[in-house]
Amino acid sequence: PPDLEDKLLTEPLRHPDFFNVKELFSLKDLFDARVHLGHKKGCRHQFMEPYIFGCRLDQDIIDLDQTMQHLQLALNFTAHVAYRKGIILFVSRNRQFCHLVESTARECGEYAHTRYWQGGLLTNAHIQFGPGIRLPDLLIFLSSLNNVFEPHVAIRDAAKMNIPTVGVVDTNCNPCLITYPIPGNDDSPTSMELYCKLFKMTIIRAKNKRKQIEVFQDLQSQEKHDTSRPVLAEGQA
Amino acid sequence: MERSDGVGRAQRPDRLRLQHQKWRQFNYLLKEIKTLRLIYTTTAAWRKNIAASGPEKYTEAFIKKQIEEFDLGKRHLANMMGEDPETFTQEDIDRAIAYLFPSGLFDKRARPMMKHPTEIFPEQRKIQWGEDGRPFHFLFYTGKQSYYSLMHETYEKLLNVQKHQDQLAAQGISPQKEKKNLVGSRWVTKTELEGMLLEKLSDDDYSRFIRLLEKLMTLPCSDIEENYIKKFSKEIAVQLQKVSVEPLKYDEQGVAFSTGEGVRKTSRATAVVYGSGTGKITVNGIDVLHYFPVLQDREQLLFPFQFLDRIGKHDTTCTVSGGGRSSQAGAIRLATAKALRSFVTEKEVEFMRQAGLLTVDPRVRERKKPGQEGARRKFTWKKR
Repeated sequence: PPDLEDKLLTEPLRHPDFFNVKELFSLKDLFDARVHLGHKKGCRHQFMEPYIFGCRLDQDIIDLDQTMQHLQLALNFTAHVAYRKGIILFVSRNRQFCHLVESTARECGEYAHTRYWQGGLLTNAHIQFGPGIRLPDLLIFLSSLNNVFEPHVAIRDAAKMNIPTVGVVDTNCNPCLITYPIPGNDDSPTSMELYCKLFKMTIIRAKNKRKQIEVFQDLQSQEKHDTSRPVLAEGQA
Repeated sequence: MERSDGVGRAQRPDRLRLQHQKWRQFNYLLKEIKTLRLIYTTTAAWRKNIAASGPEKYTEAFIKKQIEEFDLGKRHLANMMGEDPETFTQEDIDRAIAYLFPSGLFDKRARPMMKHPTEIFPEQRKIQWGEDGRPFHFLFYTGKQSYYSLMHETYEKLLNVQKHQDQLAAQGISPQKEKKNLVGSRWVTKTELEGMLLEKLSDDDYSRFIRLLEKLMTLPCSDIEENYIKKFSKEIAVQLQKVSVEPLKYDEQGVAFSTGEGVRKTSRATAVVYGSGTGKITVNGIDVLHYFPVLQDREQLLFPFQFLDRIGKHDTTCTVSGGGRSSQAGAIRLATAKALRSFVTEKEVEFMRQAGLLTVDPRVRERKKPGQEGARRKFTWKKR
């Protein structure tokens, strides 16, 4: 029934934090995972200056308050995309964490691309894959540079194809074309594991919520046809 | 035509210059073709033009129908041949088809055949995504999903082994690596791997995968993942097959003798060499001096004896047929050398082999080709 479907899709959009992603992380967690550590002053990108808290002994320190806000927005957005059954593609060209990212994607039931990016993957998809292909609805960059320390081609391609992007930007990255940048460290194992854990938990949470609401709505519609049964109390959405 | 030679070299003769000109024209054409290709197509289209290769040629329903028809046809064939349909094997089918449809064609693949559809229709990749558009494999968007998932799995095994190693090290046990015999095994080739993954690979990808496997194998605790590694290693058949030397035989008088066979071009010869004798050689019942009037042929016959310093010690009786005088001599030489192996030590057998006495001469008469006078001789070239 179109009514219920409409409600299913519009209800989460009314709340600023429908999936309560704020509780998944705290400032202390970010600090312990060394998310605030940036690169040296010489590597600093001009557009990252607003996100930098300061510089100590030539090493940039990222402002974790801003990171918290950006992270909350990004996680909320991914949760909404996962709730609406969108295709999420994890991209990272960092060889150290390639296996970790692929395993995270596999465990959430989403997709990963941590290998050499072929030029026409997004822009020439119909010829590369065949007609009728569905492109990803969200790209998550766990490291927005490629092996030659240049911005990943997928950022530009996603912007061309109108695909929103979420990306962890370090002090040497360009945050311009990314829709939801997350200023933070992308080189430490602890920080990467934290990001993977957070994304995995949000996606699984959102998918479970969707299943739960669908089941609930099915039950509701069954009861409407069966008026002899007592009406169950409406649980919280 | 003018050519700047740089250093003052003598002009090449006319025919070479013409050949060189033709070669340059051909090379230029090749380059043109290459540049044309570069203009009209793109690298993406070269690599995986899956869309251009057309929709699925063989749908699942089609293959299923083919299998049903094959089973029915097998039963009909068994009935026709008067055999039991239940126990009709593939070899029986092949024999029946060869009997019912005799074909004189040389190429086995061109003859009529009846095989199971899975052997005839090559395995194909089905549509990779479901009804809602979501692909089935989590690495679908990389393009080479099977190859990258293989790399992912192998790397996982590597991490597993390293973890195991760390656990053992924490307990204080140092693992010992048993030397595995690598001689009899080889890694899968690129084509075999392509067949396993149903995907095209590049040389780079293949070498990367092999390097990863070798890295996995060199770790001490890799015995845990032996089963996985075995999937990608094949055994090579032992190449050196030792030819066993036949023992000496003894005839009624107690004289040791041994036989050998030899071939050269179209001649076939058998030789019987007796242990004690005065160096007499009989060919087809005729003495060697009468059968081979030419000195060169008799030298060929004597060569094995001369090589082993046994010229006056053995008696030989040979039979030979086919070929001309030179090839008959060569055939008998090979036959006597093979027969002499039983009289001689292993070291001397190896010397004989290295001297080329025991190798069959593979040279056969080359066929005449059309458009030429002989095998190599072309017709006289006339300028006008």
